[in-house]
Amino acid sequence: MSALTLKLLRETWGMRGQALAIGVVIAGGVATLIMSLSTLDALTLTRDAFYRDYRLAHVFATLKRAPESLAEAIRAIPGVQSVETRVVASASLDVAGFEDPATGVLVSLPDGRNAEHNRLYLSEGRLPELGRDSEVVLGQAFASAHHLRPGDSLAAVINGHRQRLDVVGIAMSPEYIYQIKPGDLFPDFARHGVLWMSRTYLANAYDMDGAFNDVTLLLTRDARPADVIERLDLLLERYGGLGAIPRADQLSERYLSSELEQLEGMAKLMPSIFLGVAAFLLNVVLSRLIGTQRDQIAILKAFGYSHWQIGAHYVQWVLLILLVGLLLGVLGGLWLGLQMAELYREFFRLPYLSFRVRPQVVGIAVFVTLAAGLLGTLSAVRHAVGLRPAEAMRPEPPPSFHPTLVERWGLQSLLAQPARMVLRNLERRPGKALLSILGIAMACAVLMVGRFQEGALDYLVQVQYGLAQRDDLTVTFVEPTSRRALFDLGAMSGVDLVEPFRQVAVRLRHGSASYRTGLQGLEPGGRLRRVLDDRLAVRPLPQAGVVLSDHLATMLRIRPGQTLRIDVLEGRRARLEAPVVGVVQDFTGVSAYMDLGALNRLLEEGDAISGALLSVAPEARDGIVAALKEAPRVAGVTDRLTAIQSFTDSMAEIVLSFALVASLLAASIAFGVVYNNARIALTERDRELATLRVLGFSLAEIGFILLGELALLTLIAIPVGYLVGVGLIALIVQGLDSDLYRIPMIIEPRVYAFSGTVILVSALVSGALVARRLRRLDLVAVLKTRE
Amino acid sequence: MGEVSVQALRGVDVDLFPGELVVLLGPSGSGKSTLLNILGGLDSPSSGEVVCAGRDLVRIGERELARFRREVVGFVFQFYNLIPSLTARENVAIVTEIATDPMAPEEALSLVGLAQRLDHFPAQLSGGEQQRVAIARAVAKRPQVLLCDEPTGALDSTTGALVLEVLDRVNRELQTTTAVITHNAGIAAMADRIIRMSDGRIQSVEANPRRRPPSEIHW
Repeated sequence: MSALTLKLLRETWGMRGQALAIGVVIAGGVATLIMSLSTLDALTLTRDAFYRDYRLAHVFATLKRAPESLAEAIRAIPGVQSVETRVVASASLDVAGFEDPATGVLVSLPDGRNAEHNRLYLSEGRLPELGRDSEVVLGQAFASAHHLRPGDSLAAVINGHRQRLDVVGIAMSPEYIYQIKPGDLFPDFARHGVLWMSRTYLANAYDMDGAFNDVTLLLTRDARPADVIERLDLLLERYGGLGAIPRADQLSERYLSSELEQLEGMAKLMPSIFLGVAAFLLNVVLSRLIGTQRDQIAILKAFGYSHWQIGAHYVQWVLLILLVGLLLGVLGGLWLGLQMAELYREFFRLPYLSFRVRPQVVGIAVFVTLAAGLLGTLSAVRHAVGLRPAEAMRPEPPPSFHPTLVERWGLQSLLAQPARMVLRNLERRPGKALLSILGIAMACAVLMVGRFQEGALDYLVQVQYGLAQRDDLTVTFVEPTSRRALFDLGAMSGVDLVEPFRQVAVRLRHGSASYRTGLQGLEPGGRLRRVLDDRLAVRPLPQAGVVLSDHLATMLRIRPGQTLRIDVLEGRRARLEAPVVGVVQDFTGVSAYMDLGALNRLLEEGDAISGALLSVAPEARDGIVAALKEAPRVAGVTDRLTAIQSFTDSMAEIVLSFALVASLLAASIAFGVVYNNARIALTERDRELATLRVLGFSLAEIGFILLGELALLTLIAIPVGYLVGVGLIALIVQGLDSDLYRIPMIIEPRVYAFSGTVILVSALVSGALVARRLRRLDLVAVLKTRE
Repeated sequence: MGEVSVQALRGVDVDLFPGELVVLLGPSGSGKSTLLNILGGLDSPSSGEVVCAGRDLVRIGERELARFRREVVGFVFQFYNLIPSLTARENVAIVTEIATDPMAPEEALSLVGLAQRLDHFPAQLSGGEQQRVAIARAVAKRPQVLLCDEPTGALDSTTGALVLEVLDRVNRELQTTTAVITHNAGIAAMADRIIRMSDGRIQSVEANPRRRPPSEIHW
């Protein structure tokens, strides 16, 4: 082994603590990248594989009733590969021991076999057998929420008849990965389920013998879904078709892809920020580290080592250090990615997980790390090599000091000698102080990024459910009803306030942009559901025109004053127009609002309401829910607390577990930076400090000179970090917009407190570690030689 | 308070002859270190000509200069400048590994009387021992020129005499042209020629007909 290699190995071992700290910084950045991208890849891959293997349809259509013979005509549409007709109905479900109302979607299966489209993945049990009418396959989410297994039973009100159902299988379907009740924002697995039954039974129960009310299509590879949908809609129009939708608009897929998009936003932004910061820090740390090797570089140069050889030596040294970090980061990232993907798999109820790491992902991480490390190294080596060796080897000339600003202002009497040394040292090398500050600030900013989402989501819940949606219970009727229903509801004991609302399924269009959503009509002056402006003040809805959420307005590229086209997707299916009269900020869903009276006038449907919002006394809630469950016209009851619960359980849980891991990685980056900063400062100044010790300074005094400087830098860095953090968070907030919810640009005080505390604790721990080294400073050895 | 530019040398014209031992004598700030660094290719003059072993050190590029230092010159510094993470043997090896016709590190170290301390780290050696390792390191590649900048500057007189003896021996046995910088006039007695410098100029060059062994020198 050459002497140079020996030097490399011994010196790396000698600074193993510091090398490890650098490794941790790299590992933090690399692990975030690999975790995020591998999780995202795994989910996308799994979804695509599940869709393909279980034949998720390309087009979905719902209608009132059409004869089975129509299927032939549908199959004849150019571009259609296969057609499957079904009977789909909804029913109330009754699970023993569960008081709240639950609804179910009943989907028919071809008698005695699995479906051709949207095939079931049976995780337990079997499919219903021919002729056994009561046998059902339960969707896994509902089954596990109620601990139902094959052999158990439940009751359902099917077309007005109570029927006992026997569970024979538990299944997952690509059509219902994201099981959400239409109109709800978030899934509620306990109160909404999907059940599969044999076609014959379901058709008999709903008078669909020889007929169907739902059809799905698989298309040929070259077909254009829009063309097929247009012809399909024409065919279905006279059978009460509600308008076919492509796969992309299918509820489960839309929500799933929206979540994946959000995850993608996070999976790209967070690691870019983390890895970027880690790379920057690496660059700073390494160039300073090499700076401390200045005289060794000079010796090698004096011996006749070429620039290239010296460069290669330090590059090897840095590679050795980087290797530790890369190894840690890649392995850690893969492990975290696998854990995270498994968490998501459970959350999305995907049947299996295809976890694969693309070599490019690891490649990016390795490349960025190496580039940052080597650039830092080469520029530092070039700088050191550029020095004349004779100059580099001589004891450094005393650096020129100036009285500091504080002293020029005549305030020196306020400062003791050590404090003046701290200030002068900082002023003498402002560039280096700036880099230290920037490094610590970046670490602080990354901590904020990892931590802000929890508070922002809390704020979202407070605004959405504290100020905008304040009803305790939302009652939805089976079909639009007259306002008289309100009196019945108001008469129930414990109901304090009843307000009506109208909700219409619409397709909103402007130019070439369109979006399917619900148009909500709200009672003027209502107290239970209000539209807020961006200062959170209640915004009254005008007597005409539509108010859009800003997210929707952006998607439709429409501004107040412009005209919105509205295709109503129910009732008379009118095609209407209305002006946009306002844009409001809301954080969840994609909503359009109108004054209730104005909406009904526009629809020309009289005084209809879709449901009512109730404010109820807490102790009366259970009784009211039980009574509503029995009411024939009530399709469903949504509970505000449950909605909040399911929000926090669903997306929030996932976002937050991601954020938690991210903030742990951020904390490790922060510690690595602060510790390195302190260690390098010690290396750079150990001679000076030893000299002071020899001159009679106490350990505490030289500790103050070194650590006081670090403390000052840290204190300056924290507010700078806050500024950078706010900028990064703004970037993330923009990147995470989705149809499901928008994260408000709200940074809670505890985010600042957390980030500041982690930095301070890192500084304290680093300070203590460095202080231990100060104690061991070998005075004689340091002073005896230049080395 | 700006940086001040100093003219370290002016009008210097000096020859070093093969195999001789020259002492450059002068007070600190007289320009002797600058001269030595220029002779060794560590520094370049702003004008003038330096020719050694057929090379014009002012005109050749950095790459050639590195080769010159590798093949022709050995340096000994006042502060030894050993690499702390390497043992005595390895500190010598770091130079012999890139030299064309070096002696073995062990041979070089026994030449300076350190055959017993091959595997000690610099921190485990006394100042005099460290300086002798530095000399072994400088002569191991069999340089044509050995340049020593205050080699005894950091040592007491007894240890310093020991170091000078090693230099004397290397000069006699290997016929290496040796230049020693010092501000200590006593050392001049061991030289073939003495060059006195002050204020960046050469004041005098005098030949020493009777070169004395370092053991007889006192300061």
